[in-house]
Amino acid sequence: MKTYEEINDRIESGKAVVLTADEIMDYVDKKGLRAAAKEVDVVTTATFGPMCSSGCFLNFGHSSPRIRMSEAWIADVLVYTGIAAVDVYLGATQLRHGDPANMYHPGEFRYGGGHVIEDLVAGKTLQLFALSYGTDCYPSREIRTYFTIHDLNQAIMVNPRNCYQNYSVAVNNSEKTIYTYMGKLEPRQKNANYCSAGQLSPLLNDPYYETIGIGTRVWLAGAQGHVYAEGTQHAGGVGRTPDGVPMGGAGTLALTGDMKQMRKEFVRGVSFSGYGVSLALGIGVPIPILNEEILRRTCVRDRDILAPVVDYGSDYPQNTGKIICHVNYEQLRSGQIQVNGKAVEVGSLSSYYKALEIANLLADEIRRGVFLLSAPLAPLPKDTKMKPLAKREFAR
Amino acid sequence: MSDIVTKKLMFYFPKCECEKPIIYHLVKDYNLIVNVYRAKVTPEEEGYLVLDVTGTEEEIQAGIEFVKTFNVSVNYTGKGVTLDEERCTHCGYCIPYCPTSALSIENSATRQVIFNEFECIECLACIRICPFDACASAF
Repeated sequence: MKTYEEINDRIESGKAVVLTADEIMDYVDKKGLRAAAKEVDVVTTATFGPMCSSGCFLNFGHSSPRIRMSEAWIADVLVYTGIAAVDVYLGATQLRHGDPANMYHPGEFRYGGGHVIEDLVAGKTLQLFALSYGTDCYPSREIRTYFTIHDLNQAIMVNPRNCYQNYSVAVNNSEKTIYTYMGKLEPRQKNANYCSAGQLSPLLNDPYYETIGIGTRVWLAGAQGHVYAEGTQHAGGVGRTPDGVPMGGAGTLALTGDMKQMRKEFVRGVSFSGYGVSLALGIGVPIPILNEEILRRTCVRDRDILAPVVDYGSDYPQNTGKIICHVNYEQLRSGQIQVNGKAVEVGSLSSYYKALEIANLLADEIRRGVFLLSAPLAPLPKDTKMKPLAKREFAR
Repeated sequence: MSDIVTKKLMFYFPKCECEKPIIYHLVKDYNLIVNVYRAKVTPEEEGYLVLDVTGTEEEIQAGIEFVKTFNVSVNYTGKGVTLDEERCTHCGYCIPYCPTSALSIENSATRQVIFNEFECIECLACIRICPFDACASAF
């Protein structure tokens, strides 16, 4: 048994033993669970992939004369201005003004909110254009100016939903090619796409949210960020394997962090042909090895994690809830799975390569004593389910 | 007799050199087997041609010398399709769409995506589907 304080003391004195979730299984196999739990302080987990529910609050400071922005665009991408005068929220999936979207199907979706966020973090100069109705205290009715992230007072990423604990594998059983947020899916189940870091994924290494909770310090694209709430659609109460691994979506994290501290290679705009734009993010989460059980759960392997295969040609859009079958991540990573007795080629939207890089970067920061762990202020719920949206008639 | 080899080449045609039947001469006069992957040769504009040529080293070299007399530049390594290492996130989304496995994961531990340009037939599927705009075409 160890405490957060003891682990942080060892981190600060540069003596912490840190392994990645990719290394820990073999280490425990070799050393035994009890000895390893005594020795290892932290296991680092990570993920890199598209996370649509991401965005940021920006504060521009005040111009002379002042303006209360009532509509605003950054690089022609609409931002939300229904907050204070020069605060805006920029969302990852917002399309650039004038983008023809799917008017000529499949649309290209070359630029949007996610790309603006990438350009901001990369330090590029961007255009701000804002309109206002004008008030006595904020007389300006229009502003067009150019800025970088360094000119802003704050650029705080606030992501309502990141790090899905597990995710569906998408196939298409229809007769035509479809373009989805899970990528291009050829008809008659010709290919499948998945999106999870599997055995490296943060919440799959802490399936019961014993160490990851509200207040947990995380590595958010290179910045030290935090879990600020349960993520939207968090559903800890999904079906689990006997080892506790959720067999579908399950838990999610709401994350925040200072964009001025982020690294551009981990904040990347995404364009899905025929679907839209998004943001791919790199996230690392440290798991303190407080006891043997926590360590045992970080030893989860790709072959132990099951993902549901879902037909995005019909069952997903119609929200039938039907699952074709389950496959494990070892099978997915082999590049081919069997669905309905047919071999299906598999691609990934989540980068294991980048996730591994992040897990190692975080491990290195902890070993160097520059990244300390924080105990959760409140736990994430374990028993909640995700509710559907009911279509009701107005009742008097 | 020399061994028969295949080389992948990219020709760049400056303006005005596009109307000569270069491929015809490569086949007829230099005994080369030509497999064109992709071409954009428009009168009054610059042109590009990516192709395999198969023959002996001597025949290929003679053919290339002939092509160069038309002020055409011959690129032995540069191809029409490139992968930008900085933009690629190695997600592996492109792999099932690549018909020749020019894009592949060789090391299952690191899961780094490798682009083997000699396997690439320039179908451009990767360019259309890469979410990170990591694949690009010279023309």
